[in-house]
Amino acid sequence: MILKGKVWKFGNNIDTDAIIPARYLNTSDPDELAKHIMEDADKDFPSKVKAGDLITADANFGCGSSREHAPIAIKAAGIQAVVAKSFARIFYRNAFNIGLPIFESEDASGKIKEGDEIEIDADRGVIKNITKSEEYTAKPIPPFMQELISSGGLIEWTKKRIMAS
Amino acid sequence: MTITEKILAAHSGRDEISAGELINAKVDLILANDITAPIAITEFKKIGAKDVFDKERIALIPDHFAPQKDIKAAEQCRMLRDFSREYNLGLYFEVGRMGVEHALLPEQGLVVPGDLVIGADSHTCTYGGLGAFSTGVGSTDVASAMATGECWFKVPESMKFIYYGKLNKWVSGKDLILHTIGDIGVDGALYRAMEFEGEVISPLPMAGRLTMCNMAIEAGGKNGIIVPDNITEQYAKNRAKREYKFYSSDKDAVYVDVREYDCSKIPLTVSCPHLPSNTKPAAELSSIAIDQVVVGSCTNGRIEDIREAAEIIKGKKVNPNVRMIVIPATQQIYLQAVKEGLAEIFVNAEAVFSTPTCGPCLGGHMGILAKGERAIATTNRNFVGRMGHPESEVYLSNPAVAAASAILGRIGTPEEVI
Repeated sequence: MILKGKVWKFGNNIDTDAIIPARYLNTSDPDELAKHIMEDADKDFPSKVKAGDLITADANFGCGSSREHAPIAIKAAGIQAVVAKSFARIFYRNAFNIGLPIFESEDASGKIKEGDEIEIDADRGVIKNITKSEEYTAKPIPPFMQELISSGGLIEWTKKRIMAS
Repeated sequence: MTITEKILAAHSGRDEISAGELINAKVDLILANDITAPIAITEFKKIGAKDVFDKERIALIPDHFAPQKDIKAAEQCRMLRDFSREYNLGLYFEVGRMGVEHALLPEQGLVVPGDLVIGADSHTCTYGGLGAFSTGVGSTDVASAMATGECWFKVPESMKFIYYGKLNKWVSGKDLILHTIGDIGVDGALYRAMEFEGEVISPLPMAGRLTMCNMAIEAGGKNGIIVPDNITEQYAKNRAKREYKFYSSDKDAVYVDVREYDCSKIPLTVSCPHLPSNTKPAAELSSIAIDQVVVGSCTNGRIEDIREAAEIIKGKKVNPNVRMIVIPATQQIYLQAVKEGLAEIFVNAEAVFSTPTCGPCLGGHMGILAKGERAIATTNRNFVGRMGHPESEVYLSNPAVAAASAILGRIGTPEEVI
């Protein structure tokens, strides 16, 4: 899978209240949630972001609440993937469970700047910065998580298990 | 092995287990609330399972936007009720019976020592106070576990936190955990288990233990945990609805980091905006004027917390510039507070005494901040916009500091008002 697009850059400790504020959680409709994506980190973000864009961030992206609405809103806003120095653990598992591609790379997180165009080879874990002609490596994805991705997420994986049993 | 590793091993049919392994483990209890359960229910139906794995081990608790704050919230709460009826679930808690989930489940003996619990709520880590492994997961995890009774985990590395010395007056579990988060940062325990022990933890009441483990997530931790002891036994023996088991850590258990704290040096601690790790001594914040005080939440809404706030506020008035909102976390706590005359103390002091809800903690309802307003709260997060407007501010403290601040109209300490 190749993911190519323009990057929006965020800092450290982007919490799930910044990604999707709780005041909008009286619905779980993905399109409704997408309208408020990253609103408390950058109030203009919902109008600036375009389908196909990507997000990079520093450490601990997605900290705070367990709300799956956070990766759902990111996905529904058309953001193809998130690259960060590190992810908070519940956000990390939620992203794999629902099929939002995420990549941990200190190198990429440090060197990619807002507006850069990048291309991620998801299978090889290689992140190319087309704007800067640089290449970074993402942390390998454990085999079980790869199985989740290739099944199409946790629900499909669970379906298969139930049918097999 | 550590207590965390032992519980995970026991629930995955293994004798030995080590940090870093990915496992599938059986869960003893699954919970979700009115924000997270709707997605879990929708996803569960996609799986096509004939039934849930166990009707008595799925707790659905409408507590965040309940009592239903608006039509959309009411629709979400109705999904929990309809699903519970459709599948005949035994642990659905309607308004009037519900409480803030992480206060309610231990109180009712529905989580017991040695359990493995997952919840679609990040503060599920609270039950480590009972010597259980519990951790927050997503709605899809809950959907899958409702069908299979299992969940995938990466066995976390463990960090040990040792507390020694004498606690200062009014310093409680809340201050210990805020101080610890201030020390290691909001990702200082990322993906890890946080095990708390030491001569200060041994006599720490269950309420304080639950508060400490509750905020492990605020340091990025997967779970907080305290090895069960006599205090655990006293708490569990008359309320446990299932058999329980005490696990402990081996002498040769592996810890990636061990930190020690001299508690005589830990002051009344406040987390300043906009991160729980941004801690300062309460005594250094006396120039910070406040508009609102909240005492409650899964962190500090237990009867001990309500008593502590009442002790400070008794016979006094809330500052005219401040609104004080006190929210007992469960119906049982509410009733106990009424019986002990605490409700009367708050009302006489001109504070609000509310029915249980998570409400203001996450900016839901029952005390939302306007632009530029500032609150001190016994809750757990002070992120941008957490309690309302993105330009409002939240300071986190223990109940005694919050109550003292309500009287003073600014951040202050109990010594200033008693």
